[in-house]
Amino acid sequence: MSGILVYALHYEGAFNKNSLGAVSEGARLAQQLGTECHAIVIGEGVSDDLAGQLGNYGASKVYRVEGPEGLAQPVVDAMEAAIAAGGHEYALFGGGLLGFEIGAGLAARLDAGVCMEVTSVRVEEGKLVAERPILQDSQISSVHYRSGVGVIIGRLNAFEVAETGGTATVEDLPVEFKAHSLKAKMVQRGEQRGADVNIEDADVLVAGGRGLGKKEGFDALEELAGALGGAVAATRAVVDAGWYSYSAQIGQTGKTVSPKLYLAAGISGAIQHKVGMQASENIVAINKDSNAPIFEFSDLGIVGDLNKIVPKLTEAVKAKKGA
Amino acid sequence: MKICVLVKEVPDAAVEKRINPSTGRLDRGGEKNLNPFDTHAIEAAMQLKEGGALSIDEVVAVTMGPESAKRALTKAVSLGADRSVHLSDDALAGSDVNGTGYALAQVLASENPDLVLLGQQSDDGECYTIGAVVADHLQMPSLTQVIKIDVEGGALRCERQAEYGYDTVQVELPAVISVGDAINEPRYPSLKAIMGAKKKPLETKAAGDVGIEAGRVGYDNARAHCSEFAAPPAKAAGQIIEDEDTNETVEKIVAWLDERKLLA
Repeated sequence: MSGILVYALHYEGAFNKNSLGAVSEGARLAQQLGTECHAIVIGEGVSDDLAGQLGNYGASKVYRVEGPEGLAQPVVDAMEAAIAAGGHEYALFGGGLLGFEIGAGLAARLDAGVCMEVTSVRVEEGKLVAERPILQDSQISSVHYRSGVGVIIGRLNAFEVAETGGTATVEDLPVEFKAHSLKAKMVQRGEQRGADVNIEDADVLVAGGRGLGKKEGFDALEELAGALGGAVAATRAVVDAGWYSYSAQIGQTGKTVSPKLYLAAGISGAIQHKVGMQASENIVAINKDSNAPIFEFSDLGIVGDLNKIVPKLTEAVKAKKGA
Repeated sequence: MKICVLVKEVPDAAVEKRINPSTGRLDRGGEKNLNPFDTHAIEAAMQLKEGGALSIDEVVAVTMGPESAKRALTKAVSLGADRSVHLSDDALAGSDVNGTGYALAQVLASENPDLVLLGQQSDDGECYTIGAVVADHLQMPSLTQVIKIDVEGGALRCERQAEYGYDTVQVELPAVISVGDAINEPRYPSLKAIMGAKKKPLETKAAGDVGIEAGRVGYDNARAHCSEFAAPPAKAAGQIIEDEDTNETVEKIVAWLDERKLLA
């Protein structure tokens, strides 16, 4: 038997969009291959109802494993066991931290080929071929697998969520975890830092990156966002550095947004940020480095010092709106 | 205790990267530098050593790559590593993630470290994966994209950001930890350290020296093969303004926004 096995991440009783997209993609590909898509969930006391929800996205069977949530290595053990039981040919992950970490660990465990940042998967002669953008998305390479199992790690939210109305059987899979897999223990999961800002609903976002130079740089962005009638967003680097709250973070481990206007100040445009905002209607970038990748996908790029430009722009916007 | 830090030489960020069409591999010519994320891993090692909560006898920089990769080791040593190990063998050329992680794990196993540190990603494209591959081979607990490490009773208390917020995870040693760039500000090497770096021990090892099976590494044994490079769908290039007169620049931005009805 062959098939596709998809890992689904859940937190506080819900799967994330990224995982549901991966299950949908797995189901779509399985249909083309004439096989089945199975999903695997790991956690403490995962309910039939939660696990079964994956049927609605195309999984025909869900392996349920009792084990620690939010850590990669126990999932590697669980997926190894599931693949041994089900003979799956491919393991598929959405993007995000755990997809990368589990996918890489699983590739090592199974001596398998792995491709990450996959944006599209196609079927060719009964095999899956993964497409991966490289070199700041200037080229797309096709990756062919030459191993018993092929590991595919998607880019964050690269796969569309599609509800099928189907149902899945839930099968409990006993797993004996490796000693090393239990040597990392979750002390606290999902701590929220900083106040809640609803950036997903904002029509205008003014986002700040490391180019602001210091935490106080966000004061000027808040003024500009206020003048434009929008909210402030941030990159992962500045959130990690404690300059701005996590709830405002755009990108791979943050939020995906598509406002009418996205104004990026001091953001170089790394791929982890790009995946979270590339669907914005109008992208304006201010950066002093003319080689910054963000200029390759912005609609209006300003090469210059944001400390000079942002305050004047705020005044000009206020004046224009007041007029 | 011993800390091994995995480092990598990558093309300088300012150099335009391209694919060599005849080999299908990244053209690694041009200016090279120590992968910026790895300088944070070295700094993390130095802070653990200097912090005194763990008794660290030595910090060893480890790399795999051609002759030129030695420069990354020299840089790592100038930033504080005590010595370095260079795994270099023609048989390793063209290894994929799977082969590279296996080969690095073999070198690390020969060093028997209590902690392996590395940067969470390399500037030239292998995204976030090597730490987890190495950890599986070494059968050590692993955590990636860590932004804070505290020593707590001989174990590490690590923080990182996940899809749903911040996680705090306790990890027993020996372990493999990959760090993000928010974890610290790497120090600048002193002139003395730069001058002294070439005098610190650098050991070169071939694949056979650390028991690497030839059938598991190199281009021919790669489990994932890249091919057929294609250009992505073209997107019209945006307008660029070089800021010379800021008042004029701001006027242009406002006009641009106004035209698109973004100032309503």
